[in-house]
Amino acid sequence: MAAFTIAAGTGNWFSALALGVTLLKCLLIPTYHSTDFEVHRNWLAITHSLPISQWYYEATSEWTLDYPPFFAWFEYILSHVAKYFDQEMLNVRNLNYSSSRTLLFQRFSVIFMDVLFVYAVHECCKCIDGKKVGKELTEKPKFILSVLLLWNFGLLIVDHIHFQYNGFLFGLMLLSIARLFQKRHMEGAFLFAVLLHFKHIYLYVAPAYGVYLLRSYCFTANKPDGSIRWNSFSFVRVISLGLVVFLVSALSLGPFLALNQLPQVFSRLFPFKRGLCHAYWAPNFWALYNALDKVLSVIGLKLKFLDPNNIPKASMTSGLVQQFQHTVLPSVTPLATLICTLIAILPSIFCLWFKPQGPRGFLRCLTLCALSSFMFGWHVHEKAILLAILPMSLLSVQKAGDASIFLILTTTGHYSLFPLLFTAPELPIKILLMLLFTIYSISSLKTLFRKEKPLFNWMETFYLLGLGPLEVCCEFVFPFTSWKVKYPFLPLLLTSVYCAVGITYAWLKLYVSVLIDPPVGKTKKQ
Amino acid sequence: MEKWYLMTIVVLIGLTVRWTVSLNSYSGAGKPPMFGDYEAQRHWQEITFNLPVKQWAKFINPDWIALHTSRGYESQAHKLFMRTTVLIADLLIYIPAVVLYCCCLKDISTKKKIANALCILLYPGLILIDYGHFQYNSVSLGFALWGVLGVSCDWDLLGSLAFCLAINYKQMELYHSLPFFCFLLGKCFKKGLRGKGFVLLVKLACTVVASFVLCWLPFFTEREQTLQVLRRLFPVDRGLFEDKVANIWCSFNVFLKIRDILPRHIQLIMSFCFTFLSLLPACIKLILQPSSKGFKFTLVSCALSFFLFSFQVHEKSILLVSLPVCLVLSEIPFMSTWFLLVSTFSLLPLLLKDELLMPSVVTTMAFFLACVTSFSIFEKTSEEELQLKSFSISVRKYLPCFTFLSRMIQYLFLISVITMVLLTLMTVTLDPPQKLPDLFSVLVCFVSCLNFLFFLVYFNIIIMWDSKSGRNQKKIS
Repeated sequence: MAAFTIAAGTGNWFSALALGVTLLKCLLIPTYHSTDFEVHRNWLAITHSLPISQWYYEATSEWTLDYPPFFAWFEYILSHVAKYFDQEMLNVRNLNYSSSRTLLFQRFSVIFMDVLFVYAVHECCKCIDGKKVGKELTEKPKFILSVLLLWNFGLLIVDHIHFQYNGFLFGLMLLSIARLFQKRHMEGAFLFAVLLHFKHIYLYVAPAYGVYLLRSYCFTANKPDGSIRWNSFSFVRVISLGLVVFLVSALSLGPFLALNQLPQVFSRLFPFKRGLCHAYWAPNFWALYNALDKVLSVIGLKLKFLDPNNIPKASMTSGLVQQFQHTVLPSVTPLATLICTLIAILPSIFCLWFKPQGPRGFLRCLTLCALSSFMFGWHVHEKAILLAILPMSLLSVQKAGDASIFLILTTTGHYSLFPLLFTAPELPIKILLMLLFTIYSISSLKTLFRKEKPLFNWMETFYLLGLGPLEVCCEFVFPFTSWKVKYPFLPLLLTSVYCAVGITYAWLKLYVSVLIDPPVGKTKKQ
Repeated sequence: MEKWYLMTIVVLIGLTVRWTVSLNSYSGAGKPPMFGDYEAQRHWQEITFNLPVKQWAKFINPDWIALHTSRGYESQAHKLFMRTTVLIADLLIYIPAVVLYCCCLKDISTKKKIANALCILLYPGLILIDYGHFQYNSVSLGFALWGVLGVSCDWDLLGSLAFCLAINYKQMELYHSLPFFCFLLGKCFKKGLRGKGFVLLVKLACTVVASFVLCWLPFFTEREQTLQVLRRLFPVDRGLFEDKVANIWCSFNVFLKIRDILPRHIQLIMSFCFTFLSLLPACIKLILQPSSKGFKFTLVSCALSFFLFSFQVHEKSILLVSLPVCLVLSEIPFMSTWFLLVSTFSLLPLLLKDELLMPSVVTTMAFFLACVTSFSIFEKTSEEELQLKSFSISVRKYLPCFTFLSRMIQYLFLISVITMVLLTLMTVTLDPPQKLPDLFSVLVCFVSCLNFLFFLVYFNIIIMWDSKSGRNQKKIS
């Protein structure tokens, strides 16, 4: 309480923002939580009651452990605090156990772990040296960035309502980015290696890290025109980076290597038996691909090009997580998605190698890697859009062009998270919070860049405004029409396709701006 | 206003906090057979929807209620419906009044206006009672606020119409009626009773009578019915106070059981006398020198006098004092924040009964955070800021060493906050001793009552010493 008064009293705006959002998270405790709540309770139980050798084999519950070992250790440490709240939650057989103390413990653990995220945001704000627009606090880039990150709508509803632990993981990522900005490359590399062993989804952005560290850290100097100077290669640095990565991996996977369980661990981590798309299609390229396939098949049926008997009975929209075939367009295999992703990443990687622009260039490449993997990945979750939105926030407060792309990406990305909260009591919350974040982000960035040309052209404005009627149709009008019985997945399909258009557009625009950006002039010796 | 988007954001934050609080339990949840205020409101909807107007007043006979099958109806969908009605009523009546009020404030920057709106919208007491416990106070308070707005901006007729609607919605608003009456009367006097003043007086009288007649028309058909309504609205048979409330009689009852000693009519007269004696000075001042600022402070002191000394006061009536205090937040931020914290604390026993501990603590902290960052209240504790300068100058004529007022108030604040935090912790963690099962509720009421007495004295001092400084300044300049 004393710290609270001091922090608030000294007029420190950052503490006030952090405290404010923490209080909001406390108010969200009694909201709906998804099956992810049971997933984490199950992992608490597994890590607490079973020996390590059983962790990746245990299958009493359908929610088996499918995160890397560091996260398992994290759950293990949490479970030792959990036992003071409710011993029963640590029993592996207590499936779907959710007493009020369990709920309180799990929610508070997420809120508490967000401390790391707050610290990371604080460090990121130090790296922003935005333009000195005005003396007013609310117009400073640091302030805007803090609000965009701390009060991010996606993180709030995914972490504190739907229930996940993304806060501290993104904290690790943002901290490693901040360290790279501050030229503390070893720390940045170490933090990223640790992050990978917490949640392997961050592999999406590993190429950006690898290429940047190699190009801008291992090669200590550039030629005057910015191209690579081969003789400045530093073996020491390469070896030390490799050592860091190796040591972290050894710490993580070592015990399982000793138990000969590596294949089992990897099969849990990379379950390719799941389908191309999640039950609700993430708004990526494959959503558009599926929609096109559906449209073509419907047209084909109507015009008698296709034989109804050849079409598989279950369609992609039936909402089950299984593998299905496309009807008109060629089916997609995991290998095909991998190739598409690699092809999509390649131009940005080349840019990072041949036209290094320091940490900012790295950040843009990272965002592009995340976005490209989202666009073409196999079984992508819509939550993965946060991987692109959060780093891009750092870019948005520094350049008007980036701000405009960020706003399109973030508004459509956040809207695509709506189907995650489908219960009636949460409907006002998600609409109010979305309006809050969207109005703030658009108005603050417009004020920040008011001296440059307007952020949106008429087409983009029209598209963004269309989200309102779409929401009204899907949530308020559709349930009362007769289509609800015949085509129950229509609102999800519409949301998915509409957002996919926006996200694809933002991806292309970002790519164009990265490719045609002129390289930085003479770079100093690093 | 150029920063419309910031005001929108403030309103959205207010709405979000309200809805998240409403996800919690409500009064009487799952507690048959009496349930609580939630069931009361549902029951009133049932009655007004189903029965003809004639029979609206003839009810609350427990046997009668049992005949209805929908009694005690509790379901998720129904809860959602009830909560949504509160939100919509709030959004249509109370919130626009707050926003408009803050925009019409004079002599402060746009940013301060928006911060003011944020603090008012985050006031925990109203949110917890309306969205947690479950009531529709925002309707009557909203109408009262429209009344204040109208009367302060010289739209006297509309203001009085709005206030009549407020009274007819909830008779508790009568706590605010005296200041309205005195302010409007003062305005009429100022304009001169021979000319414009008299016209204004007549117009106001007609507006008030007309609005009352319109609201009560359906009940005027029989004299017996009107009396029945009045008996329901003013239950003088129920005694000096009921349950635990932070007012003088309940606190006094701890030492001397006046409720049982004195006969009923003596209690009535005593409470009447104390109430009117304590609010008379401020009201007379308002008639003689009507000003917008004086009006707001008189609203506070009158409502507080009624709360402390009146008959059959419920702890929720503190909201009627909190609303005017919210209105003077921009003028004396430190004292207003302190008062609003105490008012929320005085509701603690009620909130604990409804299992609203977590939302209460969180909203109180959020409100405190908002006030501290918006107004930097801890820097505004000098005598001038507390509007006590003229008072302390007068006192120093007799006691030259009276220079410690500001520091004394800061210490009192610290003691008050520490006591409140300690009592909250004790109530939540400890069990009361066997012989005194109500120990903690009584302690909460007693401490709150002491605080409220202090505030009564403080606000009356501000009112009485106010124009003196105005007059002195005029003389000097």
